[in-house]
Amino acid sequence: MFGRLNEDALPFYSEIAMAGAAVTVGGGLFVVAVVLWTGSLIYLWRNWLTSVDHKRIGIMYVVVALVMLLRGFVDALMMRAQQAMAMNSGGYLPPEHFDQIFSSHGTIMILFMAMPFLTGLINFVMPLQIGARDVAFPRLNLISLYLTAAGAGLVLVSLVIGKFSTAGWTGYPPFSETEFSPGVGVDYWIWALIVSGVGTTLTGINFITTIVKRRAPGMTWMRLPLFAWTALCASILIVFAFPALTVAGAMLALDRSAGFHFFTNDGGGNAMHFANILWMWGHPEVYILILPAFGVFSEIVATFSSKRLFAYNSLVFATVVIALLAFTTWLHHFFTMGAGASVNTAFGITTMIIAVPTGVKVFDWLMTMYRGRIRYQTPMLWTVAFLVTFTIGGMSGVLLAVPAVDYTLHNTTFLVAHFHNMVIPGALFGFFAGYVYWFPKAFGFRLDERWGRRAFWFWVTGFYLAFMPLYALGLMGMVRRLQHYDNPDWQPYLIVAAIGAVSVLCGLICMAIQLWVSIRDRERLADTTGDPWNARTLEWYSSSPPPVWNFASLPKIEGSDAFWRLKERGEAYREDENVGTISLPANSNDGIVYGALAFVFGFCMVWHIYWLALLCLGAIMTHLIVSSFRDPTAEVIPADEVARHEHDWKTAARAGSRYDGDPLCDYRTVLRKVPAQ
Amino acid sequence: MSEVDAKTLEESEERAYGFWLFLMSDAILFSLLFATYAIMVTATDNGPDRTEIFGYWRTAANTALLLSSSLTMGLASIAICETRKSASFQWIFVTMILALAFLVLEIQEFAGLIAQGAGPDRSGFLSAYFTLVGTHGAHVIVGLIWMAVLCLHLALRPIGPEIQSITERLTMFWHLVGIVWIGIYSLVYLPGLYQ
Repeated sequence: MFGRLNEDALPFYSEIAMAGAAVTVGGGLFVVAVVLWTGSLIYLWRNWLTSVDHKRIGIMYVVVALVMLLRGFVDALMMRAQQAMAMNSGGYLPPEHFDQIFSSHGTIMILFMAMPFLTGLINFVMPLQIGARDVAFPRLNLISLYLTAAGAGLVLVSLVIGKFSTAGWTGYPPFSETEFSPGVGVDYWIWALIVSGVGTTLTGINFITTIVKRRAPGMTWMRLPLFAWTALCASILIVFAFPALTVAGAMLALDRSAGFHFFTNDGGGNAMHFANILWMWGHPEVYILILPAFGVFSEIVATFSSKRLFAYNSLVFATVVIALLAFTTWLHHFFTMGAGASVNTAFGITTMIIAVPTGVKVFDWLMTMYRGRIRYQTPMLWTVAFLVTFTIGGMSGVLLAVPAVDYTLHNTTFLVAHFHNMVIPGALFGFFAGYVYWFPKAFGFRLDERWGRRAFWFWVTGFYLAFMPLYALGLMGMVRRLQHYDNPDWQPYLIVAAIGAVSVLCGLICMAIQLWVSIRDRERLADTTGDPWNARTLEWYSSSPPPVWNFASLPKIEGSDAFWRLKERGEAYREDENVGTISLPANSNDGIVYGALAFVFGFCMVWHIYWLALLCLGAIMTHLIVSSFRDPTAEVIPADEVARHEHDWKTAARAGSRYDGDPLCDYRTVLRKVPAQ
Repeated sequence: MSEVDAKTLEESEERAYGFWLFLMSDAILFSLLFATYAIMVTATDNGPDRTEIFGYWRTAANTALLLSSSLTMGLASIAICETRKSASFQWIFVTMILALAFLVLEIQEFAGLIAQGAGPDRSGFLSAYFTLVGTHGAHVIVGLIWMAVLCLHLALRPIGPEIQSITERLTMFWHLVGIVWIGIYSLVYLPGLYQ
């Protein structure tokens, strides 16, 4: 009846596991209690949970990402504490628990923190940037959100019912096969990945269709803001790379549950094949994470240097080339597997080549800053920290691209340092920068600058303290994922790394305080202009926060930096005279329905409750069929409501705007003026 | 063309485009299953290999059935485009019969293999074979359900842009199923039969 599920699944076997479960359950109950206590359930349901508005969906993605960031960071803190103290001792975490923690840390940070974060930012910003009312498939967008949340839910539930995988975030067989991992951990990992992977694939399709089909009139390809370009390339990577994750996961599931022999030690299985397929997804995945962050940095560096982006064309080409080359380097993740010298050489070369377009981008950003009027506000601080730190990580990557070097450093903490050095500045700093940059657009007030700076300095210091020692440790021969060790030379470095993690914790606390202070002081931080940073792209050509319909009507786009051009000509805040009614897709419960069914389905597959899993699949299919008969319902916004909003905010914006029509910051003017001074 | 018609047309174009992207993603999935089969074809673990398990007539019949169903699906989509309802029903019905016959033959084949101890748990080779051909079979089942749903739509409402949009996507899906089968026939069955 209940498959493998019985009372042994509850975490009474260890105090630490019980504490984790209690925090998870308590946190969930706390949120529910707050919602009920404040009586905001109906508000939440109507305005957020069932909303198909791309902006609200984007914000909900970011909320998921921030929650999972906390969970993933607690894992990191626990690992750093364990390694700092586990010299010639067992530390405080038993090996099996330590293994679960590094597995869930990687899985969460990549799939349930970084992915929702970037999807949220793209969702919120991209349709505004290209001048669209919404994404191409708004209801599908909501469903994708809930599939991602269902996957994240599976990972969280594994903390309470059963255990998580101990096979690392990559789940390599044969260790992840039933023979060595008979529990439910690997199954949780597989089904969390597959369920959220379906959502991600649908999101990718949605974004590509939106960018290809819904650009405003005059928004030609080479006028597209760079963030939209990176969103497009990341989405293409998603659509073509995620099937590999699905295949790898499904094959492993078949091995584990149905006795197949894809990757087993016996029966002709081939464990190396798993590494191949997984990294055919895994390497493009790195660029899925990093490209949108590159887009964020491109927008920010132009805005805060008060200059047009330097060499826009080469940035576009570099983005596209990175997207293509992303599919040609996957083998460098397992040089030591023994593919032979020629194969390794070929992939070593492709890996070095992909550093070239990335280098082009770094120079473009630097040249954008050159002779710009740089304003060092928090988004720009993150960008500068990224430029410096990411370059260091990139160079250690080129080093690892040499197969001979990789043989020495493979599986050491040098590798751990390298990829954290890419993904934290390259992706996470970008998301943080985007979070600060677009926050006023989303909520109508800026985030507090002082606490933002504090968070920034704690994060950057913490990053260097936590990961630079790992480079050294790797060169000293320390293998990654060690639960304990007996080399006294390592311990000082590991203690420094733990101090770094504490500094990052302070950074996170500062970010929480920043949010609190900013909400408290929202009057002081309010943005009435819709353009708090003197920015250049179309998303700022709307009120903060934008109305559901985004724009009353669209300007004809005549070049890149569309909003900047409007400001130059003094047309940015001219009221639109002829607005009409606007029809938008109505709210939908489908997201919650599919999300809940997918969650129960995944849970049942994990615990072998096959009858209920089949029932869920049947329900999903029935719902699909039934909804194919429903005519899409639309919500019609009357013209006078649109006109009223248009009048109100543009009046406020004209009064508040400090920049309108001021050509001082245009870079051509700057170049003309500088020699004369 | 009125504004509403233009919007409907634009929307069904977007749907077709989005679905096309999904099919590309699906094609990648199949290409990985093909690659897996190619790698595992020799991993027989002293069990049956590919020269021993495939039936000449059955695979020939399967190919004939599925490829002619592609033709009848095309005819159905033309009939729906021209809003000829009875012809639409007829051709979808024929397509469903052909697809059903294909499925029966495939299930028979799988059942036979499992009965003679050549199931997917016998060896890596058979795991890869069953997964590749089985995934294709699952697509055929999805196509069949979809055709039944289309029939329901045809029965309940007049042929309009909505039904034509559904048909367009179903047709694309069904042709992908046909193309993948050509791959399976020429890369899995023929080399096994003529080695």
